[in-house]
Amino acid sequence: MNFDYTEEQTLLDNMVTSFVRDNYDWDTRCNIVKSEEGWKEENWKQFAELGLLGVPFDEAYGGLGGKSADLMIVMEQFGKGLVVEPYLPTVILAGGLISKLGSEEQKNSIIPEIISGNIRCAFAYAEPQSRFDLNDVKTSAVLNGDDYVLNGFKSVVFGAGMASHLIISARTEGEQRSESGITLFIVDTKSEGLTLQNYPTIDEYRASEVIIENLKVSKDNVLGKVNMAYDAIEEIVDISTIAACSEAVGILQVLKDSTTEYCKNRKQFGQSIAKNQVIQHRLVDMMIEYEQAKSILYMAVTADLSNSDERRKAVSAAKARIGKAIKFVGESAIQLHGGMGVVDEYMVSHYFKRATMIGVLFGNIDYHMKRYMTLTQSGISSSDESISVSVT
Amino acid sequence: MDTAFSNDDLKFQSEIRDFIKANYPQELRDSINSKRKLGKELSREDLTAWHKILGKHNGWSAPSWPKQYGGAEFTPTQKYIFEQECAKAECQYIMPFGINMVGPVIYTFGNEEQKAQHLPGILSGEVFWCQGYSEPGSGSDLASLKTSAVKEGDHYIVNGQKTWTTMAQYADWIFCLVRTNPDAEKPQQGISFLLIDMKTPGVTVRPIKLMDGSHEVNETWFDNVKVPVENLIGQENMGWTYAKFLLAHERSGIAGVARSKKAIERIKQIASSEMSYGEPLIQDPAFKAKIAAAELELSALEYTELRTLAKDSAGKGPGPESSLLKIKGTDIQQAVTELAMEAVGYYANPHLGTTLSNEYVGPDYATNLSGTYFNFRKASIYGGSNEIQRNIIAKMVLGL
Repeated sequence: MNFDYTEEQTLLDNMVTSFVRDNYDWDTRCNIVKSEEGWKEENWKQFAELGLLGVPFDEAYGGLGGKSADLMIVMEQFGKGLVVEPYLPTVILAGGLISKLGSEEQKNSIIPEIISGNIRCAFAYAEPQSRFDLNDVKTSAVLNGDDYVLNGFKSVVFGAGMASHLIISARTEGEQRSESGITLFIVDTKSEGLTLQNYPTIDEYRASEVIIENLKVSKDNVLGKVNMAYDAIEEIVDISTIAACSEAVGILQVLKDSTTEYCKNRKQFGQSIAKNQVIQHRLVDMMIEYEQAKSILYMAVTADLSNSDERRKAVSAAKARIGKAIKFVGESAIQLHGGMGVVDEYMVSHYFKRATMIGVLFGNIDYHMKRYMTLTQSGISSSDESISVSVT
Repeated sequence: MDTAFSNDDLKFQSEIRDFIKANYPQELRDSINSKRKLGKELSREDLTAWHKILGKHNGWSAPSWPKQYGGAEFTPTQKYIFEQECAKAECQYIMPFGINMVGPVIYTFGNEEQKAQHLPGILSGEVFWCQGYSEPGSGSDLASLKTSAVKEGDHYIVNGQKTWTTMAQYADWIFCLVRTNPDAEKPQQGISFLLIDMKTPGVTVRPIKLMDGSHEVNETWFDNVKVPVENLIGQENMGWTYAKFLLAHERSGIAGVARSKKAIERIKQIASSEMSYGEPLIQDPAFKAKIAAAELELSALEYTELRTLAKDSAGKGPGPESSLLKIKGTDIQQAVTELAMEAVGYYANPHLGTTLSNEYVGPDYATNLSGTYFNFRKASIYGGSNEIQRNIIAKMVLGL
């Protein structure tokens, strides 16, 4: 029983930590998010050089064969630095789908390109009506000769503007909300029939609305089996959710630590405001929420993710619980910073905004509570014979 | 990161399981269950029977004591497994006052005579201990305690009043913090740690009834009680050091995760029998959401406890973070007792087992759930209130 990192993991942790320290000081980050592109290619190249872009990929394609725990390490440190480069969309989300569903040929041609930093991908799944439901897909794909023709609309696609390729989920069969009948297509973002409307998000990342009009996609660019993509989408979104939770835990640590420091230094009524018990207890509660968030992240990372029910339960438990921690720690951080908390100039509001948007990403508290309850609603999971309930 | 138990640990786990299965007396289970349901006081025998059985088996009554004092000297992981298995099997928990509290103080700070006199009785469960810390005017501010011990020849003369002495009605001995130097510069510096035989003339125990009608705690009065100087632990006026050691020493299991898990399972079963809007209560979205929230909190706490355990196993020792386990553990215990009460609707009302009614009414599973809810308000108050625990974290962890 231990929660220590292996030697390799410690190296990885140190590497990402030094990257953030050396390349992502606050002013640098501010310039990146204000730039036209919203990310820095230079940083991406460095990710490639450091091997970060290969963390989750199989060694056969030049990756490091990392697991959830390794992605946790990367994302936690990225969270601490509010790193905006599209690592989660490209490497974990789109990369995960390609690894899971791609043919040998597709994997051989795409994965090494991702690892070397030459291309970036994004996954277009959400639609205006779908909210967080991955099965709710209206975008249609109709076979016409050797090509599919896609029509529809994808919402809030993170990192699409920086991507060379998009993975699009479309309906090839069935009702709008049917799990079967969903197919994935991999397309060049410059394809005719694809229009991207790019915009910054409130937390200074970039996303796009994707308008799909008579987009022709060759049969060869179907990812995985036709009609059968749902299970893989759900699985990879779950893995990505753990990654998002890891980023959140990194952010919460910064929020908790910086607020504690701020309260020690801020003087009112002739003394540090941290001398007030009402402030102290709020800081302690922030620490408790942070520790609980970290613990449930560890639960998810060490769960048996190859068992799909186990995975669903663990992921939804973690996302819902961490969502609560985000709200409490984030709002408390702003409150305790007083006026400094609400200004754009000071760091804390940026961490709060990112954490809050992670709260929405891949489903919010209510969404995951409901999913968790659905999975556990049979209620009595125990077969323990020592409990007996009888009605007189 | 590796949360799997080693093969040795798994073997240990099944050894514990088998032992409990073969040795936990069914009569004890029945006796305790029927009394609990009626809110009746457990007897001294109920409280110590399991302790006595474990005491005869490789020192299992004292999981963390060193072998040289007859303990089991379990590793932190083994201790965790042991507690888990006992909780899963709903074994009566071992009274902490001897095993977890005074025992370690005696073998750490006591002299050879004291060890020889007291440790065997604590280990075997034959001698019942209670704790004399709090006083009417000294709760959270324990160091302000006033019970005095004045040395006269080879005795201390003890005068004063202790309160919240849990199970003093059964106790043979009490360990007390007493004031031996009222003029010390700081209140902490004038305190000594005394062992007192409850049969000594001048010791009086008066019950305090809690709001559920239970009798767990007492007032303990000392009126010119003569205590031999040999009963002083360590040095005079050093008692505060020993008291702090005692508080920090045994925090494992404080979170009560396994017992809360068990309680949630039970609530789910109750909620499957109870109906609301024509459907089992377990299907009620509002109720279901509360159960799920408790489960999530508990799942997080379980890993917080495992992280503390891993730190402990690595020899880093549980620090003041254990205050976190106390706060969250008791939060959940209280949430769970509340959910249980809520689950039974109107049948939260009957107060059975009083002199006015000795008959069961309502579903078997509903009896005394409200009593337990009311009783468990104590959890966030005892053992250092949850506000005091926050003060500890603020000072020791956050450096405020």
